[in-house]
Amino acid sequence: MKKKPETITTDANEAVAMVAHSLNEVIAIYPITPASPMGEWADAWTMSGRKNIWGSVPEVIEMQSEGGAAGTVHGSLQTGALTTTFTASQGLLLMMPNLFKIAGELNSTVIHVAARSIATHALSIFGDHSDVMAMRMTGMGLLGSANVQESMDLALISHAASLESRIPFIHFFDGFRTSHEIQKIEVVTEDQMRAMIDDELVIAHRKRALSSDHPFIRGTAQNPDVFFQSREAANLFYQKCPAIVQEAMNRFAQLTGRSYNLFDYYGVEDADRVIVIMGSGADTVHETVDALNNEGEKTGVVKVRLYRPFDTKAFLKALPESVKSIAVLDRTKEPGATGEPLYTDVVTALREKKMFSNGSDQNFPSVIGGRYGLSSKEFTPSMVRTVFSELKKKEQKNHFTLGIHDDVTHTSLSYENKPVRPDGNLFEGVFFGLGSDGTVSANKNSIKIIGEQTDYHVQGYFVYDSKKSGAITTSHLRFGSKPIRSPYLIEKADFVACHQSAFLNRYDMLKYARNGSVFLLNTPWPKEEIWQNLPENVQKELIEKEIRLYCIDAGRVARESGVGDRINTVMQACFFAISEILEKDKAIGFIKQAIDNTYGKKGRTVREANHRAVDLALENLFEIDPKSFAKDDTSNKAMRRTVSEEAPEFVQKVIAEIIAGQGDELPVSAFPADGTFPSGTAMWEKRNISQQIPVLDPDVCIQCSKCVMVCPHSVIRVKAFDESYLEAAPAAFKFMDAKGREWPDKTKISIQVSPEDCTGCELCVEVCPAKNRQEVGRKALNMDWTEPLMEQEKENWNFFLDLPEYDRTALKTNTVKGSQYLQPLFEFSGACAGCGETPYIKLVTQLFGERMIVANATGCSSIYGGNLPTTPWTKNAEGLGPAWSNSLFEDNAEFGLGFRITIDKQNEQALQLLKRMNGSIPEELSTAILNSDQSDEAGIFEQRERVRKLKEYLERNESKESRMLLSLADYLVRKSVWIIGGDGWAYDIGYGGLDHVLASGRDVNILVLDTEVYSNTGGQRSKATPLGAIAKFAAGGKESPKKDLGMLAVSGGEAYVARIAMGADDTQAIRAIIEAEKYPGPSIIIAYSHCIAHGYDMKYGLNQQKLAVTSGYWPLFRFNPMLASEGKNPFQLDSKAPKIPFKEYANNEMRYLMLNKSNPKAAKSLMDQAQAHVNKQWRHYEEMEKLYEP
Amino acid sequence: MKRWRNFMNLETKYLGLTLKNPLVPSASPLSSEVSNVKKMEDAGASAVVLYSLFEEQIIHENRALDHFLTTTGESYAEALSYFPEPEEYHNLEADDYLEHIARLKQEVEIPVIASLNGVSKGGWMSYAKRMEEAGADALELNIYYIAASPDMTSETVEKMYLENLKTVKRSVNIPVSIKLGPYFSAFANMATKLEMAGADGLVLFNRFYQPDIDLETLDVTPGLELSHSFEKRLPLRWIAILRPHLGCSLAATTGVHTSEDVVKMLLVGADVVMMTSLLLQKGIGTIRILIEGLQEWMDEKGYESVGQMQGAMSSASVAEPAAFERANYLKILQSYRRDKFI
Repeated sequence: MKKKPETITTDANEAVAMVAHSLNEVIAIYPITPASPMGEWADAWTMSGRKNIWGSVPEVIEMQSEGGAAGTVHGSLQTGALTTTFTASQGLLLMMPNLFKIAGELNSTVIHVAARSIATHALSIFGDHSDVMAMRMTGMGLLGSANVQESMDLALISHAASLESRIPFIHFFDGFRTSHEIQKIEVVTEDQMRAMIDDELVIAHRKRALSSDHPFIRGTAQNPDVFFQSREAANLFYQKCPAIVQEAMNRFAQLTGRSYNLFDYYGVEDADRVIVIMGSGADTVHETVDALNNEGEKTGVVKVRLYRPFDTKAFLKALPESVKSIAVLDRTKEPGATGEPLYTDVVTALREKKMFSNGSDQNFPSVIGGRYGLSSKEFTPSMVRTVFSELKKKEQKNHFTLGIHDDVTHTSLSYENKPVRPDGNLFEGVFFGLGSDGTVSANKNSIKIIGEQTDYHVQGYFVYDSKKSGAITTSHLRFGSKPIRSPYLIEKADFVACHQSAFLNRYDMLKYARNGSVFLLNTPWPKEEIWQNLPENVQKELIEKEIRLYCIDAGRVARESGVGDRINTVMQACFFAISEILEKDKAIGFIKQAIDNTYGKKGRTVREANHRAVDLALENLFEIDPKSFAKDDTSNKAMRRTVSEEAPEFVQKVIAEIIAGQGDELPVSAFPADGTFPSGTAMWEKRNISQQIPVLDPDVCIQCSKCVMVCPHSVIRVKAFDESYLEAAPAAFKFMDAKGREWPDKTKISIQVSPEDCTGCELCVEVCPAKNRQEVGRKALNMDWTEPLMEQEKENWNFFLDLPEYDRTALKTNTVKGSQYLQPLFEFSGACAGCGETPYIKLVTQLFGERMIVANATGCSSIYGGNLPTTPWTKNAEGLGPAWSNSLFEDNAEFGLGFRITIDKQNEQALQLLKRMNGSIPEELSTAILNSDQSDEAGIFEQRERVRKLKEYLERNESKESRMLLSLADYLVRKSVWIIGGDGWAYDIGYGGLDHVLASGRDVNILVLDTEVYSNTGGQRSKATPLGAIAKFAAGGKESPKKDLGMLAVSGGEAYVARIAMGADDTQAIRAIIEAEKYPGPSIIIAYSHCIAHGYDMKYGLNQQKLAVTSGYWPLFRFNPMLASEGKNPFQLDSKAPKIPFKEYANNEMRYLMLNKSNPKAAKSLMDQAQAHVNKQWRHYEEMEKLYEP
Repeated sequence: MKRWRNFMNLETKYLGLTLKNPLVPSASPLSSEVSNVKKMEDAGASAVVLYSLFEEQIIHENRALDHFLTTTGESYAEALSYFPEPEEYHNLEADDYLEHIARLKQEVEIPVIASLNGVSKGGWMSYAKRMEEAGADALELNIYYIAASPDMTSETVEKMYLENLKTVKRSVNIPVSIKLGPYFSAFANMATKLEMAGADGLVLFNRFYQPDIDLETLDVTPGLELSHSFEKRLPLRWIAILRPHLGCSLAATTGVHTSEDVVKMLLVGADVVMMTSLLLQKGIGTIRILIEGLQEWMDEKGYESVGQMQGAMSSASVAEPAAFERANYLKILQSYRRDKFI
């Protein structure tokens, strides 16, 4: 009897990494979404000593960029190692120059790509083929997989084919949809890999290597006489390649029973209509073809596997003779082209067939092409049906779009969305949870249980939020007896779970519920109060759709079980108990076994608590019968408005729809054509994510403003105002007499919290130095429950906002206290609760926001700064505020330098024009403008007033010069250019550019938000990662010290350099920022930014900053070259000699502590080295201070 | 090397173990290093009590590990986790502690007494068992419990101590001592109950770290104050009182700083005398000085063995037993007044 194949339940990233790790000797990596997990798996396996099929542990090296990784891959290949890398999107673009080389030199290799959109008018982390399609010219083979199984299979096939054909391959699969989708697949075994890979070809690959033992040169420069011929010399390899791939596919089929072709046709033999497609969309078409053919239609699909080299004959052979019309679907856009790439290839292939066979137009199929699924836009059976319907028409729309409503150029095919159940026995469930509550983990666990313990086919796909705090997740789970080919979100479910009752009045979750389905609700309400607390529409839907309602207070059960806030195990147990997918007792046994597998290695405590959670969940689950309530016994509770009625029109019409999850419904005309969006929109997105908010005790407050300064979300603010304003104040509005001589008489102070925007991080409470004398456990700020305070505090907040901003020229802005009366122009971002980066950004906007232009490197700050729906960058009442843009990850310093050069140029032209217009502008005004002193706030304010007057004159003047000057006049006011990004950018991928900009002499301000890891992609190490800390790609603890970026910048001698840590010395931080901005050349500020990737409660972030400085790990300093010219020491060490051991700081953070748990010996050794480094570094800094003494 | 006039037998029995002398370093971080334990042995220590294994700390650390590894993950599409997850973890279940016992058993000759502070029944049982398996010669249960809840009655507290002891006794075959604080309303009765519940020895007393207040920041600050010689009087009194009533071993700990302190403890009936503060302050080598001081005193007073000394001044042996009881308090007050004010 044939042995049943071994199965695993996993996603494509892991499946592909398994093959790649087994078949390579060197793996050069760099994190990029959605390919990062492949590198992480490879690194983890190498760390644990897993071997490739030749018995050697592959070497994994993280590089500074994808460009670096590609260079390393190229070098490694040239010296004969089997080498791979993983990437996507911009990463693939950065590899492109090397890919031409790698292919041009016929190196056997496979690069695995989780295909992702390329940033154009906007960045998108989601999937389409624009990155892969951009590689068509490189000479790389392109082999595409449609699902998780194919990804693992074709990974092996591509490796085998590349070794034999010498054509290097890009093996790709759809980012997120396939890279992150979990399916049960038959695993490619080591034996199968051995059978597929011919060692002789490996030896041949090695023999082609550069070696001083048989030297030759490769990589010559060639002239017009021979380059062309040389380029053609490789043709034979490309010609042979498709047959080699097919042969590898055939061998693979013999070994595994899973058969592939270069172009796989699926459908009826006599199909009249065929769709040609590649990637995950092919499965949707496959599934729909089945349904249509069952209905008596004659349809088929050609799934493109080997896209390059394109084998025309094989393609034509795959097409049924009977086909009358063909639609080619491309998951990419090539603006200005005659059609998208796959379409043009198909047209060419057919045209060539006709040419070669002398065919006539008769019986020649019609071909149309369309775009679908950009940036993971849903691609559903309804859309496929629409395409097949279009193919029936006499007049078919060509160059169409699918899945959107194009009301501008009318490209879209309109379709009626009819949710289908792909298979009658299929179970479909949708689960809504918060990121932090463990919903996704629980569902991943459930899929694994069902996948591994039953014969069911399973599928899990997870939709995450782009917010980093209060993030919402949706899990889509399918289980069934037939293979699941539904790579799209569930539209109607048998089971809908709401893991947070706060979602009830925000999202219409029951729109997913089928008639007779189950709704599982986690709610803290007592049983008898639940019905009355449900919004009216939920009650109605429950009754009308005859939905069975189950409830549990999972939060209480979790706490009582000892698993804290994690309700995952509780909800998982309820799911199994209700859904009856497995026999209840069996299911519970499997859950506990899964708990043992997941938590077993984390110790008895955690394991036992989770077991308890399972048992208690079942005891506390209960059903409520909606039918027992009368149809008219409804609550009259309505869903919450998405945004206030006062919001601007664009926010109402566009932003609000996106917030409400209705973005898919917006037509093309709703959007700007060039990616421009209004700033100041986060203020309308009231997220209400914190159950607790800080509450002020004015009797205790000392008005130090520290709470305002540290608030990462600009939620807590201070204003000073004349007492006369209080007449209209709400009764509960809190205020104090202003303390300090700087305030005029009768000045009142208010510190107010925006209750709907607070994330509850508690940084403000932690930093508050004022203790209640009668009750020292309480401070001037204390956390309290939001709900009873909400209405009152909303009223207070609105009143507070209407109070006037204080005259900024009358404030001591170089102090903590004074600076915080400036309006922040960065507010309510989606950053993590307690974020350590945003307080610096906010501070910069308070100081310079009115005249600030920001270049923002890709990373956390570009996501919380610019990911739709809203932006925290905002403007003041006069309409002035930061202008912000994100170009790329690697080019941010150069991007910002471009801003400066323009501004200087425009300023120069404006001055020239102003001088030239002498006579038409009052001389007094133009002289004042030309001779302005803008070195301080007052000077800038005065200049802005002058320019305002100048513009009034210019607007009245119709001359050409006047119009030109009018367009440039704003540049007469000093502008502040800020180049902002994280350490991944500044220390690694963007360092070359940063270094150049620092040497440019131009007046730019660089703010490095140093979290010491790639935070946005999940904590991979950068050169900023400290010695001894673990990070991804440094799981054994980083063995080299953090690069001293500050000292590198100091060594140039011409830039202003500062290292700051707000939590250790906020005054030094403000001074450094002001000095940097004032410095007429380049400035760089390296800011300690605590981060969730450090592994501790963020409310202690400032304490940790303090310890970092006290331990000497993070010495504070300022280097101001201007001081040297004044005869002073330009190098000022702002912190004192280390007072505490390094470990007293480090051991509060999981990034250091975890090594103790995985490798205590290494932990101790690295901790000793780290201490030695801290000591050495401090001595070095002291020496530096002496060295620069005049 | 000093020559003594008489031959002196310093041997003592503790928890059924025959020790070459009564000097035993008590539980402290010093014993976490093998080299320190070797130094203790070289300096003459007759056994060592290892630093305490705190189950509560293990639980807390494991929970924290799980929390920070999981709560931030699976939330944001680009970062489904923030830490590399090791294939396996070490020391989540006190592996280091157990390995340390095993290693010490190979490196030193003196008996190794493991120290356990549990919080759960399962913890008491499993860790005790595993310490025994790792080679511990005896076990010291370190009950570090502040009965802060107003709802907690003395009866409940006593029952808890007895239950924990019984649980451990049922799980292991090696001798078990119990180290506890003096805060019982009827300590003599409690001590008897502990002996009846199976305690092979009592270690008197545990010193609780007492919190302090920082007047600048108005924070409560946990602080480590090392013991002073005068603090020995509490164990001194209680050993004197208990010795005639109990058959189990008695260890004196807290405030042992000089050889005179050692002598006094032995005279009232201690089987062994334990110390830590002294070793932290003046080095492990001071054990030798204590032993020499003890020998000198014995020599001077004509004692031939520690056995002769032990209990020579217990409440059963002194002329005025009440001196160890309440009268003692009055006497101190009077003497204090005389010294200072008269």
